[in-house]
Amino acid sequence: MGIIEASKLIFEYIRRDEEGNVEGITRAVDQVDLDIQKGDFIAILGHNGSGKSTLAKHMNGILHPTEGTLWVDGKNTRDIERQWEIRQTAGMVFQNPDNQIIGSLVEEDVGFGPENLGVPTEEIWIRVEESLKAVGMLEYRKHSPNKLSGGQKQRVAIAGIVAMHPKCIVLDEPTAMLDPVGRKEVIRTIRALNEVEKVTVLLITHYMEEAIYADKVIVMDSGKIVMRGTPKEIFSEVEKLKALRLDVPQVTLLAYELKKKGMPISDGILTMDELVKEIC
Amino acid sequence: MLIQLENVNYLYGEGTAYETTALKNINLTIEKGQLIGIIGHTGSGKSTLVQHLNGLLKPTSGIIYYKGQDIYEKGYDRKELRGKVGLVFQYPEHQLFEVDVFKDVCFGPRNFGLSEQEVELRAYEALKKVGLEDECFYQSPFDLSGGQKRRVAIAGILAMKPEVLILDEPTAGLDPKGRDEIFSQIKKLREDTGMTVILVSHSMEDVAKYVERIIVMDHGSILFDNEPKEVFTHWEKLENIGLAAPYVTYIMRKLHEKGLPIDIRATTIEEAVDSIWDWYERSKEKR
Repeated sequence: MGIIEASKLIFEYIRRDEEGNVEGITRAVDQVDLDIQKGDFIAILGHNGSGKSTLAKHMNGILHPTEGTLWVDGKNTRDIERQWEIRQTAGMVFQNPDNQIIGSLVEEDVGFGPENLGVPTEEIWIRVEESLKAVGMLEYRKHSPNKLSGGQKQRVAIAGIVAMHPKCIVLDEPTAMLDPVGRKEVIRTIRALNEVEKVTVLLITHYMEEAIYADKVIVMDSGKIVMRGTPKEIFSEVEKLKALRLDVPQVTLLAYELKKKGMPISDGILTMDELVKEIC
Repeated sequence: MLIQLENVNYLYGEGTAYETTALKNINLTIEKGQLIGIIGHTGSGKSTLVQHLNGLLKPTSGIIYYKGQDIYEKGYDRKELRGKVGLVFQYPEHQLFEVDVFKDVCFGPRNFGLSEQEVELRAYEALKKVGLEDECFYQSPFDLSGGQKRRVAIAGILAMKPEVLILDEPTAGLDPKGRDEIFSQIKKLREDTGMTVILVSHSMEDVAKYVERIIVMDHGSILFDNEPKEVFTHWEKLENIGLAAPYVTYIMRKLHEKGLPIDIRATTIEEAVDSIWDWYERSKEKR
């Protein structure tokens, strides 16, 4: 069994008017099947309102399925008694770093999670050191999080999750508010966690460039999974992605436009080196 | 000139132990009708700078002129200024609050004491300008998609008929299509009305594609102020301060290193395609 498995997962919410009368039902996640293996790096793409975040919130039991089932490391997320185990298995990182940081020192912030899990003090400090090292922020342990850049803050937020030793990390647009270098830092950190620490990663993003490192890409539209495949397979379908309000990485787009004009270039170019090799 | 900043400095927490310089000796002139992009790393002073332009923040020292008048002169009507220089904050949809879209957009102009008829006319025009479909007008703003909500929030500012529109990261968190839609609408708006537009952005690709002038902020100072092509030739310097050039620029440089006679100053996909295609055609003829 994979670390995250979903079978016909449906999530519906009830829309109400001002007086609280039911106006209708919106199906935000529609019959989603998932089978994510331990150590996978999965990117989830989809336009605003396609159901990505709603699906992600199921992974650690913030939301529960209306119909269907979701298992996290073999545990059914509906099982209220195992709620805490599930949240410990799958940690979440959100868009705005300022909303996720509470400590007055970087190391205290990172220690907050394990402390709440009842980890013994000595071990907390070991974990704090390890996780700050993993995100490359160890030298800032005594700093105030307020003085950090956006990318650094987001890496501290990731360290806070890593310190809880989750098997899986779900990141919901972690780079949306960052400048180019901050984005690069965060993506590099996520890749290192996946490759070195073997943490399973689910990355939700609107930046197509960030999805090229994934093992698999999932594309959502109106609550359904409409495309699945390797980055190469997915980004070969330029027109289909555009119709889904998405895009392809800049280098892929350049290759696609040149091919359309008549240059002999292969489909699904993902990196600068690939394109340079094709042209020269 | 429309807006002029003269030796503007701004300190946070002046006189306390936490005193920080947010703006350092800013000299800046903005002409009517320009479309300007402001870029800089997080914390470089971009947002602080734009909040000075409509008198939300008062400079610690220095003078700000709007149409030649010092906005801190005695008797200057800064409330009126805020109607003329409209500021759309980051994540403006968080400020939506009314029961329907139309009422929300009416809120701004109504506060300027206009007649009800004028208020509604302006709200209608503003919603049309941002390209929102009529059927959304009487929906709750909270039932709209992220991109639609953002457009409603922008319409709320447009309804005040500003002469200058400032947008602080107008596309953060939007999907690629949503980003394109917002930018093309801003571009069209400016072509139709001649409005001056200033946008703060983290996306080098979008800035390269849409604006005619880039102001680069670094640690509270202006590092570059020029047309995009010129600014992006300083890509190494930009990387040092947390920014980058558009990705296309890097591809073009790499191809150029390999000996292809192509334009390394290309900053958009279209320019890159044209330049590479030119080379390809010419090299075919030779063969």
